[in-house]
Amino acid sequence: MKRRRLLAGPYLFWSVSFIIIPLFLIVCYGLTKADGGFTLENAAHITTPENLKALGLSLLLAFLCTLICLVLAYPLAMILSQSSISQSSFIVLIFILPMWMNFLLRTLAWQTLLEKNGVINTFLSFLHLPQINIINTPYAIVLGMVYDFLPFMVLPIYNVLIKLDKDMINAARDLGANSAQTFVKIILPQSIPGVISGITMVFVPAMTTFVISDLLGGGKVLLIGNVIEQTFKQGSNWHLGSGLSLVLMIFVIASMGIVNKYDKGQSGGSF
Amino acid sequence: MSNKLIDLVHISKTYGTNTVLDNLDLYIRENEFLTLLGPSGCGKTTTLRIIGGFETPDSGQVIFDGKDITALPPNKRQLNTVFQRYALFSHMNIAENIAFGLKIKNKTKKYIDDKIRYALKLVNLDGYENRMPDSLSGGQQQRIAIARAIVNEPKVLLLDEPLGALDLKLRQDMQYELIRLKNELGITFVYVTHDQEEALTMSDTIVVMNQGYIQQIGTPETIYNEPENAFVADFIGDSNILSGIMLKDRLVNILGTPFQCVDEGFGTNTPVDVVIRPEDVNLVKPEDGMIRGIVTHLIFKGVHYEMEVMANNYEWLVHSTDMFPVGTEVGIRVVPFDIQIMNKPISEDEEAVNIEA
Ligand SMILES: Nc1ncnc2c1ncn2[C@@H]1O[C@H](COP(=O)(O)OP(=O)(O)OP(=O)(O)O)[C@@H](O)[C@H]1O
Ligand SMILES: [Mg+2]
Repeated sequence: MKRRRLLAGPYLFWSVSFIIIPLFLIVCYGLTKADGGFTLENAAHITTPENLKALGLSLLLAFLCTLICLVLAYPLAMILSQSSISQSSFIVLIFILPMWMNFLLRTLAWQTLLEKNGVINTFLSFLHLPQINIINTPYAIVLGMVYDFLPFMVLPIYNVLIKLDKDMINAARDLGANSAQTFVKIILPQSIPGVISGITMVFVPAMTTFVISDLLGGGKVLLIGNVIEQTFKQGSNWHLGSGLSLVLMIFVIASMGIVNKYDKGQSGGSF
Repeated sequence: MSNKLIDLVHISKTYGTNTVLDNLDLYIRENEFLTLLGPSGCGKTTTLRIIGGFETPDSGQVIFDGKDITALPPNKRQLNTVFQRYALFSHMNIAENIAFGLKIKNKTKKYIDDKIRYALKLVNLDGYENRMPDSLSGGQQQRIAIARAIVNEPKVLLLDEPLGALDLKLRQDMQYELIRLKNELGITFVYVTHDQEEALTMSDTIVVMNQGYIQQIGTPETIYNEPENAFVADFIGDSNILSGIMLKDRLVNILGTPFQCVDEGFGTNTPVDVVIRPEDVNLVKPEDGMIRGIVTHLIFKGVHYEMEVMANNYEWLVHSTDMFPVGTEVGIRVVPFDIQIMNKPISEDEEAVNIEA
């Protein structure tokens, strides 16, 4: 027992100094005025029209990004889990390779690609095709988010699928289910935990990002992350920034709560 | 019990460089209880999976009721499988597990409910409808797997060591239940086990396998009393397997002593393997024996004593209700009928035999 406590020491230190204390500071700043008195004003600031718009847009884009990631990732994870070891490790490598590069660089790369006179448009005009002008629009932001966060959706789903008992699938086939029925009744419900953690791992960073919207939105598209960033850096208003962060945190936690509840309702009910 | 329901023709299966089945031929008759028996890794599960459709043979055909079903997917085959590791659907409760096949076949709710109740009663788990598979013991899960398969009333039931996780008492009960099921429902059973006692108790036909080759096919009595080679003799029950020389018809030289036997047609002065079951070795007074020996080990086994007797440089395994203490000099007698003569392995097929034995 004593030894275990000793081993837990570093983690305890780490989580206190880098999670608990910062969180505590945010709560403190968020719920106080500059003179130190208690207030809810900072958090209530979310209701100004431009902040609400930013929050709404963040929710929408994060939702879209999560949805697109899910639609792309699930089939991919299926293919990966079913292909032979050598094949799948090659495909996994293709997916992991970009992740070795800094995510800022990857986003910057998209900026260069999508620019008005960027690589893609140059290529399109060379082929006498119409140009695409999505840089500095929400579309570019969603594209960047999907590109950056897709692996976080693929990996958890791939992980549950690869661990799925093959004989469970065989048993379903044996009992008369065709491949579609087997997928709907066995594979999909069995993979829900992976889908849930994939959604969490994509939705949360997508909801809170400000770098991607900065780089691909060109400062024209404001997400809630940008609003908070600006409040901290340009306005130097730590109280207001923390208050807004608190609201965002509550939104994220609430969204995850809904997702998890939906999951429980799913697996508990009849099939 | 006459027509072939399933016919495996020249089946071969290789994983990488590991040839698991090599040109296997086997047929299963309607309403037969056929057991595949053999040591771990000999290809029993692979054979079963080929019949079930989860594995395609590299060559050869699976014929079901006269039709070639080699390429037919499992859901189109009129048979159900009880998997070695249960494979229950962990996200469904017990009732949903059992109902799975019936719901796919669009049976009415009443029919399904009746079937669930019937099946749970059969496997002695009434009232478990709403439990989740994870909350059941291994033996209980195994019985649910059986219930889930039989409610579909398949023509053939494939069972892969379905009683492996049960304790002795429950295993015996389930053995009787399975035999009763077979007789009541007229289901053909293909049963996999490495428990020779279970095979002897339940089967109409036993197929003894080793390293992907069939060693012998026969009724439990034939397999036990007339093993065709040393592997079968060794695998089915305890036995004394000795090298001998067939001097002429009905006379065999065992460890330097001629013994009367009943086998003929091995020629003269032919090297053979000789099997004598331990219960067929009679211990008598030294002067009455055909050979003499000294008792070296003695264990009480419940029904009988198990002894080892050193005679003619061989440790004879003996089962007897009479007890001879260690160190006693005894005589050994074997009646001619209890001496089983077998050819020594010659072909490559039979070579596999000696490695395990
Ligand atoms: N999918 C597979 N890939 C590679 N080798 C396999 C595969 N399945 C089985 N084998 C090999 O085939 C051989 C026979 O396996 P099988 O499962 O048929 O044995 P078994 O007789 O059922 O044994 P047990 O009594 O242990 O269940 C083994 O050597 C095993 O390693
Ligand atoms: Mg097996």
